[in-house]
Parts: sequence; structure tokens; C-alpha cells
Amino acid sequence: MAASAATPLEEYRSLRGALPGQGLAWLRDLRDGALQRFSERGYPTPRDEAWKYTNIAPLLKQSFVPALSLERSREVAPADIAARLFAGAGMPLAVFVDGRFDAALSDLSGLPRGIEVRSLREMLERDGAALETLLTSQAPREPHGFIELNTAFMSDGAYVRIGSEAVAERPLHLLFVSSGAEQPLASYLRNLISVGQGGRAAVIEHYVSLGDAPSLCNVATHCVIERGAALDHYKLNEEGAGAHHFAGLYVEQARDSRYVSHNVAAGGRMIRNDLRCVLAGEGAECDLNGLYLAGGRQHIDNQTSVEHRVPHCTSREWYKGVLDGRARGVFSGHVVVRQDAQKTDAQQMNNNLLLSDEAEIDTRPQLEIYADDVKCSHGSTVGQLNPDILFYLRARGIDEARARRLLVTAFAQDVVARMTAAPVRAWAEHLIMARLAR
Amino acid sequence: MSVPGQAAGAKTLRIRNLRAAVGDKRILNGIDLEIRPGEVHAIMGPNGSGKSTLAQVLAGRDLYGITADEFSYGGRDLLAMAPEERAREGIFLAFQYPVEIPGVSTVTLLKESLNAVRRHRGEAELDAMDFLTLVKRKLALVDMREEFLYRSVNESFSGGEKKRNEILQMAVLEPRLAILDETDSGLDIDALKLLADGVAKLRGPERSFIVITHYQRLLEYIVPDYVHILAAGQIVKSGGRELALEIEHQGYAWLEREPGAAGRPLAAG
Ligand SMILES: Nc1ncnc2c1ncn2[C@@H]1O[C@H](COP(=O)(O)OP(=O)(O)OP(=O)(O)O)[C@@H](O)[C@H]1O
Ligand SMILES: [Mg+2]
Repeated sequence: MAASAATPLEEYRSLRGALPGQGLAWLRDLRDGALQRFSERGYPTPRDEAWKYTNIAPLLKQSFVPALSLERSREVAPADIAARLFAGAGMPLAVFVDGRFDAALSDLSGLPRGIEVRSLREMLERDGAALETLLTSQAPREPHGFIELNTAFMSDGAYVRIGSEAVAERPLHLLFVSSGAEQPLASYLRNLISVGQGGRAAVIEHYVSLGDAPSLCNVATHCVIERGAALDHYKLNEEGAGAHHFAGLYVEQARDSRYVSHNVAAGGRMIRNDLRCVLAGEGAECDLNGLYLAGGRQHIDNQTSVEHRVPHCTSREWYKGVLDGRARGVFSGHVVVRQDAQKTDAQQMNNNLLLSDEAEIDTRPQLEIYADDVKCSHGSTVGQLNPDILFYLRARGIDEARARRLLVTAFAQDVVARMTAAPVRAWAEHLIMARLAR
Repeated sequence: MSVPGQAAGAKTLRIRNLRAAVGDKRILNGIDLEIRPGEVHAIMGPNGSGKSTLAQVLAGRDLYGITADEFSYGGRDLLAMAPEERAREGIFLAFQYPVEIPGVSTVTLLKESLNAVRRHRGEAELDAMDFLTLVKRKLALVDMREEFLYRSVNESFSGGEKKRNEILQMAVLEPRLAILDETDSGLDIDALKLLADGVAKLRGPERSFIVITHYQRLLEYIVPDYVHILAAGQIVKSGGRELALEIEHQGYAWLEREPGAAGRPLAAG
């Protein structure tokens, strides 16, 4: 990205042949088209409304080499992986190191019948034709440079298929590891998760780093939830201090389906999530449950959008943020209710807790309603720890740091409580404690 | 550090010329007070006279600009001690207006706080079983149902329930210097007796109490060794328990200080 390094265009020219699935004409066109649009528009700038508060100019001065240009990814010790698993949970595990599936570190032996977890790279190379609809149908509401680059460079990711009526009792753990290679790497991941009619599963996208070296992760996850199906989707980010993470999450829901997103953003120098949920079948429900924890100079930006296209759908959104040090948070929650979407029930709430005077949050809930018989609400709050409560706790012998931790835990409690997977809940509680101890 | 001839852990509170202000507003204007181990002192005084401010300053509230010729507990300078340190040294404030703490249960508060105090005393933390046994015994003491333990501290508690919760905390922590800031206000007559029982159970040669109240009724249950009248940030009169009765009958008007007396406490009783 630096002036001396190769531009995305040059990189694309030299890597194009090595990208998976290049035997498929539709995929080549898809990639070429995306790169073409990128070369016309470039990276987003603060002049773009959706990027007003997230300035990536400093990031563009650093150079990252696409991980797929390396012969092979760095060796990661199984112990480093074991340390990142959810204790005692025995979940099926797919590990990706610097954007590449690592079969040796993964354990997919115990997958229940009707449930498939595979490497996207492998799929694209062997039976890519089956992926055409999934990869071409969903487009982001406001495509930007990172998404175009993701389409152009996507080289691996998880393909998860929950067959009709199939049920995954235990969550599927997708672990994305940034190895901390000397050469800062950029990985381009694309995850495809689809749940067939009446299927039910929980999938955990989990992003970690080994160390604090600079890295760039560009990921897009597409979820298709068919009629009567249910997906609990966790996206947990606890990458290291040098990590930059740009993620798109696109969800399409059919009739009577249920989608629950738990989005915990806590790691890395910069996190940007674009989450878009389309309620396309009557009776569909989505819950967006979010928690962002940032300290130091971290920057976390969540842009969410829910589109009610048809009648009788329900959406709930609860996002909470805790910002310390000189951290900066951005929340944008957009709910649009189309003209046909009568009897929509949409609620959205964003609460923020600022732990220092220098921390900042920009929050923008937006409702756009074109139907007349709907029930919608939205709101946002920004507050600080109540000094009277802090004093009360200290007057009971509890030291200040611990009192603050108690109160932050209490603030985030409902978001954590909504996570139905107990191991993830325990992880989140621990994470909150650990972040505040620093 | 124990002083020869006193019960172990017994500490004296010494206050000389304590002044507290918020910005230009002077609230405490030279308080002199000494509380020895085993003593119960009642403080009465009109609304706004500075009683709660004194209590808060004792507990370590940092809202005020404070000066004093002496302000010490057990020989240690209180101004050099954080609120949590004071609490661990045995100072307990039952708040006039206990705060609500959404998301933190009473049981969590009690456990955190008891363990902090125990660690400070070099005692082992209680395990979950022992802790619960202890707390349930104390709950019975204040006649509260167990479900209160699992509700957020004081959230949607009635006024009286909040006060009972303060008494519960006092009973669990067994402080050496308990400051009860109008703990009796809002209590029904049964709870008032529970409060008196709670204090009676703790009362002993090594513990002392500051009881702030508007009603001499409480002092029939908790019989004080001394009664002080606070007015405009000064102790204007001190005496025995009969002083509380005088106040009950005559109010505070008769105590209006003469201009010349400013800054000097009146002679006791
Ligand atoms: N933080 C503060 N800022 C400004 N003024 C304050 C502050 N705290 C107390 N005061 C003022 O100091 C005076 C004493 O208040 P305090 O609460 O100590 O009175 P009190 O004797 O406890 O009264 P009451 O009997 O009504 O409880 C009052 O006039 C009050 O308004
Ligand atoms: Mg008061």
C-alpha cells in the first residue's frame, strides 16, 4: 500500500493466475469487475458518508503483502491454537492461518450428519460451479473499496452448509489466525454460510492474532437462511494490537427464518464491520447483538443496516460500547422499512460508556420508513460511570479498578446474557475483565 | 497498631478544626470531635447543617476541599487514605441515600466487599458455601428475603428496603467505626428495632458508632454516650442523651448562635 509497494492493481495482475477458481469464467468476470470498480473509485475516504469517522489514510501508508503470494503459510504450533479454543466445549474446528485453511490444525471429524464445513479454496477449485449463485447474488448496499478488493482477491474462507432439517447441537468454531509473520500480510477471506429449510446451527467466526505485529484482514461473510431455518452467528474479534480488520457481513433471510448475530469487537488497532441484514420473507426475525470494547488508540466502527422488505418481520438491535483511553467508536444503525413491509416491528438501541475523557463515540441511529402500519423505535445514549456509584463501592472496601470492572461488566451484562452458547458467554465475561485490567 | 490498655484493633477517631467546602461554598466550618473505642455519638442538627457532608468526608468522598489540624483514625491521617482503604480499616458509612447499582447484585457487592476487607486483614477469602451461610444468617437479622440478594443493588427497592440493605451490609462487614446517616429515616417501627438489634450485636469495647438522626426515638433504642448538635457546619452544642430530648421538644431555634460565638463550639451540656 505504501508508495514503494505494489498497488492493488499490480498485485492483481501478478496474482490473478494463482487465485482459486480461475477456471470459472463467471468468477474471473466477477473478480475483474470488482477490481475494475476499485481502480475507478479507490479506497473510501472521509468524504464518503459511511466513512466520515473512519480515516484509513494512515493505514494506506503501511505496506501489506497479500498472504496468497507466499508459497505456504507460516507454521503455527498446535499449542497456540489450543490456547484459543473454548474450554471444554469440544466444538468442531476449522482453522485458517493468514487467510488459508489449515487441515492439520483443524478437527472436523465430529460433524453431524447433514452439515458440511469446507475450505472455500478447495470448493472453488473442485466444484466451484455450485457457488455461483451464492457468490454473485448478494451485493452490499454501498459497495466500497475494501469489498471490491475482497471480491477480487478472495482466496479462501469457510464454506458452511447446514442441510435441510439438519441440526448442529454444538457450535462450529471457525478460527482465523493472523500468524504475526515478519512481513505484514493481508488476507482476503470469504465465508459462505447457508442454512437449509428448517436447519439449525450456531457458527462462531473467531479472529485472533499471535502477537501484535501489523496485519490486515479483509473478510466478507455471506449468510443465506432458508425458510424456517435458524442461525446463531457469533463474530468475535480479539486480534492483536497491530491488526486491521475490515469485514462485511451480508445476511439474507427467507420466510419464518431466524438470524441472531453476536458481534464482539475488542481486538486490533482498527475494526470496521459492515453488517447488512435483509428480511426477505414474511415472519423472519433478526436479532443483532453487539459489544465493542476499545482502549488505547483503538478504533472500532460498526455500520449496521436492516432492511425490512416484506410484512410481518421483526428486528431487534442492541449494541453497546465501552471506550477507554483515546479509543474511538463509531456506530451507525440504519433500519429501512420498505413500502410493502407492513406490520414491521423494529427496535434499535445503542448505549455507550466512556471511561476516559479522551475516548470518543459517534453514534447515528437512522430510521427510514416507507410503510405506514409499523412499530419502530430507536435510540442511543452516551454516558460515563456514575461517580456516586463508584464512591459507594469504594466505601465498601472495593478498590477503584475493581469497582470499575464490576460496573462495566454490569453495563455489558445484557449483551453477554443474550449469547446462548455458554462457552462464548464465559469467554466474553473473561474478555471484559481482561480488557479492563490493562 | 494497638495501644496498650485498649482492646485489639481499637481505634480512636480524632478531628480537629475540620473544614470542608465545595468551590466557594463552605459546608463544614471547624469541627472538633473525638470518638474513642466503644463510644456511641449521636449527631443531630437542622437540614443542611452538614451532617451528611461530615459522614461523606469521613468515608473519603472527594467532592470537597478539605483542611484540618487533625483528621485521623487509629493514628493514621485519613486524608492520605483512599475510601476503600478506610473501609478496610473498619470505617463503614450507611448512606442517607443509598445508590442503585443496575446490573450488580447485592450478593456480588457483599462478596466483593467482604473479601476485600478479609484480604486486608490477612484472612482467607470465604468460599462460596461459607459465604452464603454467613449472608443468610445476616439476612435473617434484617428480616429480608433471600431474593433480595439476587436483585441489583437497591434497584426498585422501597425506601425502607434500601435502608435495610445498608444494615445488612453493616452486619456482614462488622465495621469498627460505623456511621449511620439517617438510617432510621424511612424505617418502619419493626425495622427500627432490627437496626437497634444490629447495632447492639456489634456494640463492644473496640467498636464505635456515629448515629446521625433527626429523631430522638432512635436514641431510645441505641443509647448514645454523647449527643452533638451540628449547625451551619459547626458543633454548637454537645451533651448527653438528654440533649436529644430537648431538641425533640424545642427544635433548633433556641440554639441560634450569637455573632460573637462564630467558629467556637459552645460548651457541652
Ligand atoms: N457537593 C455539594 N455541592 C454543593 N453543595 C453541597 C454539596 N454537598 C452538600 N452541599 C450543601 O452543603 C450543605 C450541607 O449538606 P448536608 O447534606 O451535609 O446536610 P445535612 O445536614 O445532611 O442535611 P439533611 O438533614 O437534610 O440530611 C447543604 O446546604 C447542601 O446543599
Ligand atoms: Mg443528610
